[in-house]
Amino acid sequence: MITVQALTRKYGDFTAVDDVTFTARPGRVTGFLGPNGAGKSTTMRVLVGLTPATSGTAEVSGRRFADLPNPGLEVGVLLDASAQHAGRTGREILTVAARTMGLPASRVDEILDLVSLTPEEAGRRVRHYSLGMRQRLGIATALLGEPGVLILDEPANGLDPAGIRWMRDLLRGYADRGATVLLSSHLLHEIEVIADDLVVIGQGRIVAQGTKAELLSAAGTLVRTDDRAALARALTASGLTHSTTADDGLRTDADPDLVGKVALRAGIALRELRPADGAGLEEMFLELTADTQREGLVA
Amino acid sequence: MTAMTLTEARPLAREAAPAPIPLSRLVAVEARKSFDTRSGFWLLTSIGITALLATVAVVLWAPDSALTYDTFAAAIGFPMAVILPMVAILSVTSEWSQRSGLTSFTLVPHRGRVVAAKAIVAVSVAVGSMAVAMTIGALGNILGSTIAGVDTVWDDGPMHLSTIVLGNVLGLLMGFTLGVLIRNSPGAIVTYFVLSFVLPTLAGLLATSQEWFRTLQPWVDFNYAQGFLFNGGLTGEQWAQVGVTSLVWLVVPLAIGLRLVLRSEVK
Repeated sequence: MITVQALTRKYGDFTAVDDVTFTARPGRVTGFLGPNGAGKSTTMRVLVGLTPATSGTAEVSGRRFADLPNPGLEVGVLLDASAQHAGRTGREILTVAARTMGLPASRVDEILDLVSLTPEEAGRRVRHYSLGMRQRLGIATALLGEPGVLILDEPANGLDPAGIRWMRDLLRGYADRGATVLLSSHLLHEIEVIADDLVVIGQGRIVAQGTKAELLSAAGTLVRTDDRAALARALTASGLTHSTTADDGLRTDADPDLVGKVALRAGIALRELRPADGAGLEEMFLELTADTQREGLVA
Repeated sequence: MTAMTLTEARPLAREAAPAPIPLSRLVAVEARKSFDTRSGFWLLTSIGITALLATVAVVLWAPDSALTYDTFAAAIGFPMAVILPMVAILSVTSEWSQRSGLTSFTLVPHRGRVVAAKAIVAVSVAVGSMAVAMTIGALGNILGSTIAGVDTVWDDGPMHLSTIVLGNVLGLLMGFTLGVLIRNSPGAIVTYFVLSFVLPTLAGLLATSQEWFRTLQPWVDFNYAQGFLFNGGLTGEQWAQVGVTSLVWLVVPLAIGLRLVLRSEVK
């Protein structure tokens, strides 16, 4: 269980995290979603005590992170896979972490096996690691103490498609066995596939949160036609707000039934009409963060 | 990275709250971290190597009259005085410069305990390597005087050897303090060299030209007062001067540095 209450972190005049409140529950994967620079990493660093909060609280299992007697056994943390001494071997980094936690040396071999780093790779110095290998090493460090809570910042970074699939299954397995998993990403697809709950953040503020099902059901309807302008006029005439999508469609909050009737009345032939699932989260994400993201709204 | 293991057959639930991490374990971990990189390993190995080289050099080139234990101790002491502070600096700064602090301070959120463990390791390394170096020097003294056919002279007593050890420990703590204060490897190393090699020269120049500074110097110049420890036979006033300069140059900056370490953001 992770509880963040009215958390704010300021750097001078700049507010990196602005009054953020959310809960990540046991047995569920909570996706922490937001564009670059939205405050995801800062929130996670405050959560594990690396960055002091300006105000508000962050607790893991009902305690401040600093009050955990042996944090590695309760919380697995991966913030930046590149933040390791480049001169140590992968095995040595895990051995140092295992000793700090008071774990037997055999645990290092088990975890290397779990993240599929071969003995030869584990014996190499980290400066020669690819980003994917560093990521596996970082995940190994996080899982070493078999913690009940996982806090992972962009864990899929640098992994190949098979690696991403592997990590997804691994985290799903952890959550199914009762662990609290909080993972951040700016990759919508990754989060959409794995997360049960979503917390969406933009410019330091939470813009939406809830279960994935709730957020997606609010995604409305996706409709496509050869005469988009005509359909847009018809929807407006019926009082339905809508937006254009990146791939030539229209999205509206109304349900598909109603959109179909509007099109029929206006005599417009449709090519596609369906609830905006799949791409729905992406549209919601772009929409929710439209005024906060750097590129402006693409569609 | 061939086979993909998907699940792990262990339960996650933990019955009792884990026991706190004892300081002794942190000291053991920090000791391991001083040796487990190539740079750390060679830095520590170089202490033994330079002690051996210095001893050989004295045996080969020192005049027979100078073949005393004091000569050996001085020859070995110089490289030690340079290397030991580097060991102390890097043990602290690498957590920031190499960013390994992200993991270290997450596994042990009480940063003061990590820094304390590092200090214990650094001082132990200093005392341990001094013991090794003095043994090498003693063997060199016996060997050198035997080869030259002169009497073996043991002119440095245990008291003097102890003050030499203390002098080197203070030098190492100076490096440690700069590491804690600056938290950047090149920055701390350069500052150390400026403080230990450039500043004494300037202070010496000032002392020769300014009468008022000459009397003040032992009370304010850390290196000058540290010299008393290497020369041995300290008077009460000299001990007081060592104490005062250590307070100003070590204790105060270390306290400021620790405060910064505890409150700063680890990125």
